Order: sequence, then structure tokens, then C-alpha cells
Amino acid sequence: MASSCTQLCLQGRNLLRSKAVARTWQYNTQVRHCITRGSSKILNDCTINNGNHTTTQTRQRWKQQMFCYSDLATKHLATEALENKNVEETSTADVVAYKSPLLPIRDAVSVPNMPLDLDAAAEVSALELISEEEAVSITVPSDIPPASISLKDYVDKSETLSKLVQLGVDLWKLEQRPNVGSMLLKLDFNTDVAPRLLFLKDIGVDESRFGHIITQNPFVLTENLENLHSRVNFLKSQKFSSEIVASMVSRAPYILNFTVKRLDNRMGFYQQTLKLSASNTRHILARLPRLLCGSLEPVKENLKVCEMELGFKENEIQHIFITVPKVLTANKRKLTQIFDFVHNTMKVPHDLIAKFPQVLNCRFMRIRERHQFLEYLGKAQYNPDLPNYISLERLVIMPNDIFCTELALAKSADFSLFQKTL
Amino acid sequence: MATPAIRMFRKIEGLFCVYKPAGVHWKLVRGSIETSLLKGLNATPSQPLPTEVRFLALPVSGAEAPKGLTLSAASMPVLSKHPLVTGPEFQNIKVGVGHRLDASSSGVLVLAVGNGSKALNNLYNTRVTRDYTLEGEFGTATDDFSHTGRIVERSTYGHITKDKLERVLAMLQGANQKSLLLYSNVDMRSQEAYEMAVQGLLGPDGKSLPILTGLRCIHFEPPNFTLEVQCINETQKYLRKVVHEIGLELRSTALCRGVRRTRDGPFTLQDALTRDHWAASDVIQAIGKKRSSKKKSKTQTKDSPLQPSEESTTVNQMKPVREQQ
Repeated sequence: MASSCTQLCLQGRNLLRSKAVARTWQYNTQVRHCITRGSSKILNDCTINNGNHTTTQTRQRWKQQMFCYSDLATKHLATEALENKNVEETSTADVVAYKSPLLPIRDAVSVPNMPLDLDAAAEVSALELISEEEAVSITVPSDIPPASISLKDYVDKSETLSKLVQLGVDLWKLEQRPNVGSMLLKLDFNTDVAPRLLFLKDIGVDESRFGHIITQNPFVLTENLENLHSRVNFLKSQKFSSEIVASMVSRAPYILNFTVKRLDNRMGFYQQTLKLSASNTRHILARLPRLLCGSLEPVKENLKVCEMELGFKENEIQHIFITVPKVLTANKRKLTQIFDFVHNTMKVPHDLIAKFPQVLNCRFMRIRERHQFLEYLGKAQYNPDLPNYISLERLVIMPNDIFCTELALAKSADFSLFQKTL
Repeated sequence: MATPAIRMFRKIEGLFCVYKPAGVHWKLVRGSIETSLLKGLNATPSQPLPTEVRFLALPVSGAEAPKGLTLSAASMPVLSKHPLVTGPEFQNIKVGVGHRLDASSSGVLVLAVGNGSKALNNLYNTRVTRDYTLEGEFGTATDDFSHTGRIVERSTYGHITKDKLERVLAMLQGANQKSLLLYSNVDMRSQEAYEMAVQGLLGPDGKSLPILTGLRCIHFEPPNFTLEVQCINETQKYLRKVVHEIGLELRSTALCRGVRRTRDGPFTLQDALTRDHWAASDVIQAIGKKRSSKKKSKTQTKDSPLQPSEESTTVNQMKPVREQQ
């Protein structure tokens, strides 16, 4: 047999080797190993190496989501042969491989100039007598498609994906995002995923949240561990306690992917534009950590709207945002609509609105229906100095039945009937 | 084998009506109903995962070649059928809308889920009338006939009295009755036309201009007034235009403050679901109620075939208004 080339025989013999493989992912060494083995029947599905081969990703012409088995030890382990060929390297071999899976194919990686010799005998004939051990070790060709749009074809065979599903990661949502599916398949559980999960556990994130975190931000699994550590240390240096850091990470997982400089800039922005003290800024960010992740333009616009259009004073704006930080990212149109109704129709002055900012966070329809009901009953009195005062906060926060019984002193059925007359 | 979600879906298929609030596009209403139905369907308990038997090798110590392979059989769940991998069982539901309501009107909106859309088509192929309540205001005219438009004209309305209004309404009704007969495609001089008129089956065939089969004033307090209308083939804009024309006929101006649909065919305000009752369980209840009441009314009409059918064409047979006060 030609020693300078290896034969790929796609007859479904899958060699797995995860421990050795993990150490020797370089395909050059694989080839050398294969060559030294000589006459072994090396089998391979096309495999994709994990994360280190970033160049191969860009050279992928098909989205080959293939992976290697990590169970089933056979005698092939002894030879430490690695048959993880990077098939993308070999264009012609690829084409030939997929057209005729049963023919032995020469791998042209090592010797690109070697001519394809399809007649170089099928050394393995079906009528050949083989030993018992070999017979037992023949595995059924897997039915894994070389390329697929869904991860469910691979989840049973891939250790990484099965463990992710057991953690609670929503693979169905992730596979709809471009390239995330291929990225997840290429990960190795023990080298990539496990250290990062341990890191999350160290910071104090609850294990039941892992699934949610990875579903929101799958790129945390490819982020450098040192960067992750430095970002968490930066947050701690800004005097966020560890529990708060853990809760921020679990509610806004993208924080871990932002550089320290960016996080610093954002915190500085909130402190300067809102003119808050450091502890108040920390308080806002602890309550709504996604302020650090999203774009700053809508926040700037909302600030301008509150100042100019709605006419709030600076200390009122500060109070609103400290009490209800969500208003910073609220929809501009909804904000003006609610304010217009509350100020002009319900005749509530600015300072009272600033005192109860939850009203700006509520659904507009709800405020309108409830106010009209109270008006119909003659109970729409929002001035704290006069008797029978109804606070804005109680108006919007309470669920419907409590609103009916306590504030409007009517039955829920009456409220439904009234809603149908509007 | 039907999963609990599919069984629940069979119960959801049908016709029901909701109360559309003013200021919301009907597509948003349909979208929210679809979301809440999906939520209810996907919340049903999922089936247990199927298992398959796989042969796993016992771990081998060291790199020595084993003499004989020992395999153990283990029954493991098939993760490719897990809901986190396949996605929820229902990802889309077909929700059809009956006669549409534009954004600034409110009222009864009929929706059909799944197979119910066939029944919806049948309903609208028959001649179905709708009831509206129009709130009008004298003194101003706008370009789109509603109170949010650009004001075009202002006028006095002090001279308007209730009987003047009634006279104008009677005249309008007469004109509409005429067009009703005109569009019915039946020769007015024939015996057939007389018999149909007696039974109340005279009406426009298929598409025609909007026709008001009934019109009366239920509240008059200048400048505000309220009309109750029964009509066929209408649009809400046409109804606002009717209010505007009434103002013109009275030598003043009028605009329409609110259009509210109180009945759409057999669906009334009583059956309509308000915003807090848009969950899947409430919808199932409403569909069941409507079906049983339809069955009841069918058996009743079978017993007495001589009663006039639902579409009444004369003023005397107008349905009483359901006042919600």
C-alpha cells in the first residue's frame, strides 16, 4: 500500500477517540499518525475539529456539521490513530467522498499531487474472513447527514449537545440563529463547556440558570476564560457585591462578552448624564443589568424627551429613573402617549407623576379603561389634598379584581360590562 | 396518537367573538389572541420521551487491546424528540377574522380558529346584518368625518330639535329601503317578490353598496346624539359619512365621535370576550357556549318554520338595543 497516502474508506467504521483526540487536534499530526499506521482500515466520517481551527471555519463551503463519536472504545484505540481528517482541505476528495461513499478514497492532503487511483483495490472485501473481535467491532454506518438545518439529527450522537439539552439549553431557538448551531457542534464538552460552567458556578450563578444563560448568549462558551475573569473582577472592583454580580450575569448574560473598557464607558455614561452618585448608579445597574448591554441611543432620546417634551425637572427625572429604571429603555411614543393622557385628560400635575413613576411603565389601555371606569362612577379623584384620593400607583399596579373591589368598589362583572361600552 | 396539546386544539377550533378596544389595529388583536392560544396549547404537559436501546462498551482501562469486547445494553431516551430540541408542538395557528373593524372603532369582532374559518366563510356568504351604535356631535365638520380629523367647517346647531332629526332619519331610511329592493334582483311586480317580502327574505344579493336596514335615534342631547344602525355590506367610514350627511341635511354639521359594533350576525356583545379573558381556557368556553346555543336555536326554528328569518328588512322588526348602563 502506498505509504504516502492514506485511504479513507467510508464503510461506516467509526473510530472514536476522545481523550487522545483532544490532545492532538492538529491535523498534521493526524496525517503523520495515519501514515505510520500503514495498512489500517481507517474510517472516517468527515469530522470537524473543534475551536482551534478558526481558519477552517471560514473555508467551509458546506455547513458540515459533523462530529466525532466519543464513546465506544475498540482496538483501534491502541494504535492511537487519528483519523480526523479535515475534509475541507481536500476539495476533490470531498467531492469524491460524497458521491461514492463505498469506494476507498485517497486523501490528498499530504500529497496533493498524487493522482486519484480508484482501482487501487478495495482491500476490504465483504467475503473476507475476519476474526470475532473485528466482527463485533464493526459498527453500523451512521445515518447522520453531512449537512443539516436542524440540530436534532446530531443531538443523540453528540456528547456536547446531549449535555446541553440536559442543562436546559433551548437548542431549537439557538439553531435559528446563523452559525450558532455549527459552533455548538464543534465544541467539546470537557475542554470548552465544562470550564466555563465551573467559572459561572464560581461566581455564584445558580445551576438552574445555566440553560437560560447559554440560550441567551451562546458565545459565552467561546469566550476566553481570562477575559471572563477580568470582566467579573472589574465589576467587583466597581464595588458590586458578588451576589449582585451573579444576578447581573444571569439576567443579562451578554455582559460577559463586553470588554472592560466598554463596560466602564457605559457606567460612566449613566453616572454623568443622569448626574447620579456612584451608589445610585450601582443600584440602577443592579436592578436592570441590560442597560449595560443595549445601545445607548434610545436612552439618550428618552432623556431628551423627558426633559423637553414632557417638561420634567432634573431632580424629578432622577427620581423617576432611580425608582423605575425600565423607563430609560421604554418606547418613546408610548411614553408620550401615556404622559399626554395622564397629564391632560386625568389632570395630574408633574410632581405627582414624578412621585409615582410606575404609571409611565404601564400599558396605556389599562390606564385609560380604569380611569374611564372611575370617572363613570364619579370616583376619579387624584388630588391628595381632597378626600377619596386614589393614588396613581394603586391605580396601575393592582390586578383587575383587586382594583374593582377596593378602588372602584364595584364588581368585576360590572367592569367587564363597562369595558364593552367604551 | 393525539397528544394533550392536539386534543386541546380540537376544542379550540371554532368561532368566537372578542371585544376589540378602540385605538388598536385589528391585526394586533388577532396577533394577541394567537399568542395567548399558543401559550395555552404549549403549556399542556408534554409526552414522555421515547427510549431506544443502545449498546455501550464498558470502559477499558489502559491502552491494552481487549481480548473480547463486552457491550452492555442500556435504554436511553431519544433526545432528538425532546421539546427543547424540536421546539414547541404548536408554532402557528390559523386565526381568521370576520368582518373587519378599523383602528378607531370598537366592538364585536368575530374570530375563527383552524377549521372554524370554513364556518366563517359560510356565515358571511349568507346575508348577515350588523348592529352599530354611532355617537355623533353637532357643530363641526372634519375631513375624515371623525373627531380626530382636520376641522373643515363649524356651524350652529341651536335650531335642531328631535323631531327634525327624526324626519331626516325617516327620509334616509326610505331611501335605503328603496335601494334594498333595487339590489334584490327580483322583479317588483311579481308574486314571488310579494311572498319574499312577506317572509322578510327580500334583500341585496351578493355584493352591493352599503345599505342601512334600520336607523333610529336613541339619545338626543344637543350637541351630542346617538344613533342605532342596522346595516349590510358597510364599512365604518361609510357610517361616519352617514353621520356627516345627517348634519348636512339638518343644515348644520356633524361629526362622528365613536363607532361601536354591538352585534355581528349571531354574535352579540354578551358573547364578546374582553381583554382579560383572552386566555385559551376562556376561548374554549366561549366556543362551547356558542355551539350549544346555536344547536338550541336550530331546534327551535325547526319546530316553528313560519317565523320570520333573522334578517329583518322592515323597521318594525328591528332588534331592541341592549343598553349596558
